Order: sequence, then structure tokens, then C-alpha cells
Amino acid sequence: MTQVFEWERPLVELEQRIADLHRFVADHGIDCEKELAELEHRAERLRKDIYENLTPFQRVMMARHPKRPTTLDYISMLLDEFDEFHGDRTYRDDGAIVGGVGTFEGTPVTVIGPQKGRDTKENLARNFGLPHPEGYRKALRLMKQAEKFGRPIITFIDVVGAYPGIQAEERGQGLVIAQCIEEMSFIRTPILCIITGEGGSGGALAIGVGDRILMLEHAWYSVISPEMCATILWRDSARAPQAAELLRLTPADLLKFGIIDDVITEPIGGAHRDHAVMGQQMRAFIRRYLAEICKVPVDRLVEERLARFRAIGKFTTERMPIDA
Amino acid sequence: MLNVFRSKPKYVTVKRSEVEQRKELPDNLWTRCDHCSQMLYNKELEKEMFVCRCGHHFRLSASQRLNMIADEGSFAPFAPLYAADPLNFPGYPEKIQAAQQLTGLDDAVLIGEAKVFDTPVILGVIDFAFIGGSMGSVVGEQLTRGFETAVDKKLPVVIFSGGGGGARMHEGIFSLMQMAKTAQAVGRHSRAGLLFISVLTHPTMGGIYASFASLGDIILAEPGALIGFAGPRIVEETTRQKLPPGFQTAEFALEHGMIDMLVKRPQMRAAIGRLLRYHQRGGRK
Repeated sequence: MTQVFEWERPLVELEQRIADLHRFVADHGIDCEKELAELEHRAERLRKDIYENLTPFQRVMMARHPKRPTTLDYISMLLDEFDEFHGDRTYRDDGAIVGGVGTFEGTPVTVIGPQKGRDTKENLARNFGLPHPEGYRKALRLMKQAEKFGRPIITFIDVVGAYPGIQAEERGQGLVIAQCIEEMSFIRTPILCIITGEGGSGGALAIGVGDRILMLEHAWYSVISPEMCATILWRDSARAPQAAELLRLTPADLLKFGIIDDVITEPIGGAHRDHAVMGQQMRAFIRRYLAEICKVPVDRLVEERLARFRAIGKFTTERMPIDA
Repeated sequence: MLNVFRSKPKYVTVKRSEVEQRKELPDNLWTRCDHCSQMLYNKELEKEMFVCRCGHHFRLSASQRLNMIADEGSFAPFAPLYAADPLNFPGYPEKIQAAQQLTGLDDAVLIGEAKVFDTPVILGVIDFAFIGGSMGSVVGEQLTRGFETAVDKKLPVVIFSGGGGGARMHEGIFSLMQMAKTAQAVGRHSRAGLLFISVLTHPTMGGIYASFASLGDIILAEPGALIGFAGPRIVEETTRQKLPPGFQTAEFALEHGMIDMLVKRPQMRAAIGRLLRYHQRGGRK
């Protein structure tokens, strides 16, 4: 049973009625075409109404839907063949980040991304998709490998944050994230980053420095999760919906700010409703942007990557007026 | 070494009055140590560089720190920049103004050219009193300019990244991106074969620890400083485990191989002087 959000309930009920009516028509051979057409029309209007007017926090909830495609789902949908590589060569294999080499429409690519589990057992094995330092170290190792062999890199980003644990701190979580960000910035091979779900702070940025940064329609990307922001501002994580508004974490905002390059539309109602359609859509975007960055000579690519981040920031040479 | 400083017309001495306005060390005669609860005579405390007899290092303002490290009168700050409010975040302009009034700073970093034992450096200090020493666009830009100036003039960089409460939430994604921007600035400076000494003082956390501060050629820390990625309370709440004693202290970071040396405050200037001397001839290129 797919999780249904409160705001979708009227639509889901209507869709159920339409399905029932279809079954009724088929079983009894009664002509209800007019009624059906009207219901379909209403459903269409309702769908538009609901999904085109999602609040930022509803989008955050969509990004967290348990049936949303994961990195491994995208890999199996999009790559012709793929081999997963394991381990950071130092400590352990972190199941919260997967990576490896495969071919995308014939071109060898390195693919890296956090991996959430589908059920409790898998989630425990994957630490709910919250990476430890060794996960980021594995990501970095695979990026260096891609650089050596001149392979483009695709990162799928869906991580609420790097794991805040005792061992994670002992093994240098902050330090490893810094190294990832720095090294990724200078890697001499094309990098395409796609925020597929949650883009949570440094844990997302650690695999999010690239030549093109794309984002799914119902994904979010922010310096802090809405819950944590609400806790800091009002000591009340239940006010996360309000914090989500303030943080401007939606694809539309980030496109306007020049943080991302494009928004990948999802099947109506969200990626979880139709993995196959999501996959096709994703494929078209990857094809287009990968071709674009693979054409650029690598020296220029790295220079442009650095210039892009160098330009980000809003400040003035005058003090901010208070009544602004 | 380059002689660019001698031709510089003006040196700025950081005003004492800024220091005296600080609430952390009240104007009365005595201060209680947060660590051992001992009452300390303020004049004595100042002479001891705000280190208690128990070893506790009090938090310093940026200008106090600067005065302890730079050669007297040698500091020439960069042109000031001020925060914008890119998200129209409620209360942010007021917060900035209050922090400016409290600290006398433009934003959370004080950075410029200075000399340490006659060696020209780019010297930057983050101040906790300015919104937790968090990194927004101004801090990110000033640090980046610091590394860029250092590349142009072939200078070492010394940053005291203590006071780093992490990212500045009020600037949202712009704040997060300063992590990439500053890390890249360090990367360019490093690739030019130049030295970056990162000094972690209390507290260096979150987005500051997970970007430029971790990327020093040499990483020093003051004893007792809190150093880490996730805050201790978050770690405790997430893991529901009791934190080990000394968790995320500088000593803990040293033990786990994350920093090069612990340096007590009274020895800090001499240590930096020594490290600069070892690297006097510069690196490759």
C-alpha cells in the first residue's frame, strides 16, 4: 500500500471511484461514458490543482516518500550494464552510499549516490541512507578513479545529511566532507549532479559539486532541514512547514538563485507513482546534459566549475538598511 | 619575501574600546571561570591571555585574537562587506545590526594582511559573538578574497576558525555554497604551492569544520576547543548513546588523527612564527 498524503486524499478517493466505475462498466456492460468522462475531467482538474500548488513542505514530504526511486533504481533503469564497487580501501564498505561503473547508452560512466532502504531490514543495513565518513571516502575514491580513466561522473543526491554519530565524528565526518568538496571541485572529468530527493546540507554538497546541477521537481536542497531550522528558530520541530517556506529550498527558488541549472519534471503526483516514466524523463535529461559537458575541453570545464561557485553569494558594500 | 607591506600607507590598530564592549568578560573586576568556577582577577586574566589557571581557554573576540598573533600595528583589514538578505529571512537584518553593534565588526570575520614576526601573511579570525561565528556570504567572500590575495602576493594564510557555529541558516542555500567556494579558494592556494595554517579554536563545527578549516596544510587547535561536524546534542539525540568523555574536544580530535598539534594560547604566536619559518622558501612553483 502506497503512502497517501493528506492533501492527496480527495484525488485518491476520486481515482478510486473512477476505477470502481470502470470495473462496473466492464462487468455489467452498462454505458456510463458520460459520467466517466466527467469524473475524469474532475480528477484532471484536481490533480493540477493539488500538484501545481504544493507548499514547500509538501514538496519535502514528496521527496521523502518511501516509494520514491532510489539511486539503485535509477541505475537499473538507466544503465545498460553496471557493476557496483565497494569499500573505501581504509575502513569498511558503507551501504549508505553506493557507486560503481556502467554504461549509459554505450558510454562508460561512474555513478555514485546515497542509498535509502526500502524496508526496515535494508534500512538498518544502509543506516537509513545516512553516510559515514567511509561512505564519502568511497565516493571520493570512485571519483578519482573516474578521473584517471576520463569517465564522466553522475551523482544522484538523496540524503537528509551525513550521519551525526559518535563513530562518524571519530573518523572525521567534517574533514572527509571538506576533502570531498575540495577534490570534486578540481576533478578533471565531467560531473553531472542530480538532486533526486533530499539535498540535506554538507552531506549532499559533498557529492554535489559539478558542471551541471539538476533537480527533480519534488526535491529539496538546503543548508538545514526544515525540522532542524524550526527547532533552532522556535524550539518546535512541528513548525517545519513554516521553516520550509523561509528556507527557499524548492527547485523553482534554486533555479532563480542560479544554484541549479534545470528542473526535471516528475510524473504527475510524484516520481513514486510511476518509476518507469520517471526513468524515461531522467534519461532524456542525462542524455542532453552529459552530451553538453562532455563536449567541453576539460581545462575549461574545471575553470567554469570553479567560476560558477566563486560567483555565489549575496553581499553589499553598504550596511543593510533595517527597514528593507 | 615580498616587501609589499612597507609601501602600504595605513595600518589599522584595532581599537581597545571594541574589546571592552564585550559582554563575555564583564567590566567588573572579577570573572568566574566556566570550567573550574574559580574567581579570576580580570587584569590577571588578561595578562594570562584569557587562560585560567585550570587551563580553560576563554573565548576571545576577533580583535583580541588578532592583537595576540599579529605584529603590533601590522594589520591592514580588507575593505568591508556587509550581509545582504537574499531570502528576506524574518529578523535577519535586525540580527545583523545587533551583532554589528555588539562586536564592532562588519560581519563574523576579521581578515586582512598582517605580519607575524615580520613575515607577511593573510590573517583571518572568525568571531563567535557575531551570530555564532557562522559563515554566510560575507564570511565566504572575505575568506575567498583572502586566499586569492595570498595567491597573487604569494603569501601564507593563517585562519583562526574558532567561533564557527557553522553555516548561517538565515542565508539558506547561499550559506551552504560558501563551503564550496571557500574550499575551492583553499584548493587554488594549495595548488599554487602556498602554506595554509588552520587554527581550530572553540568552537569549530558544522559547515566551517566541513570546509576550509579542515583543509589546512597544518591544522592546530587550542586545548579544550569543541571540534566536529554534528553538534554534540544532535549526536546524542540521534544515536541515543551516552557520549564518551571528552567527545569532540581538541584532545579527542588529536587522538583520532584529525589535527597536527595542540597549542596552548600563550605559545600560539611563537608556534605560528616557527611554522612560517619552516616554510619561508615556499613550495613548488
